[in-house]
Amino acid sequence: MNETIGLILLIVGVSFDVIGCIGLVRLPDIYNRLQAATKCVTLGTCMILLSVLFYTGFNPIAIKALLCIWFVLMTSPTGAHAIARAAHRSGIRLWEKSVMDKYADDREGSEDKA
Amino acid sequence: MIVFISLLVLCVFLCLYRVGKGPTAPDRTVAIDILGTLVVGFCAIYSIITKKDLYMNIGISWALLSFIGTLALAKYLEGRGFDE
Repeated sequence: MNETIGLILLIVGVSFDVIGCIGLVRLPDIYNRLQAATKCVTLGTCMILLSVLFYTGFNPIAIKALLCIWFVLMTSPTGAHAIARAAHRSGIRLWEKSVMDKYADDREGSEDKA
Repeated sequence: MIVFISLLVLCVFLCLYRVGKGPTAPDRTVAIDILGTLVVGFCAIYSIITKKDLYMNIGISWALLSFIGTLALAKYLEGRGFDE
């Protein structure tokens, strides 16, 4: 039973990883790629790490896997936010079909505390 | 298990394609970040196969080091010093 749940989690997690990496290759500009790849790959890797708990039972490997889930959930969105902010501030344009750029409006309003 | 490892290797090659082709520097940084997260998944699958916790130790340290590397690259892209 536990191995079945683990196998399902593993299949779903690896599918999320593959879909995220396809998004990383296919989407048109840096911001789209960033959101597709970061969200899909974070969730997929967390599911793979959770399947470790179901495969091996409750032992040191599973404790370390849970710790690793916490680290990935904390660090991956922070890194993605830092990259997006740096890309916007270093002057990389949005895709030409993008309709809205709130961050540029905000920065024009308070020019320039940085 | 070998199927999942092959699919993750496919993901790594897609990331490497983006590292090689990506038109701007933040594209390459995103791809490197994603690559670090994928390696954590590799470590998890390896610890399922071998039932050893050595690989989870590698995964934890890889996640933290990849985060520090990403933050350093983001600071560098933004054009500011490291001490702000």
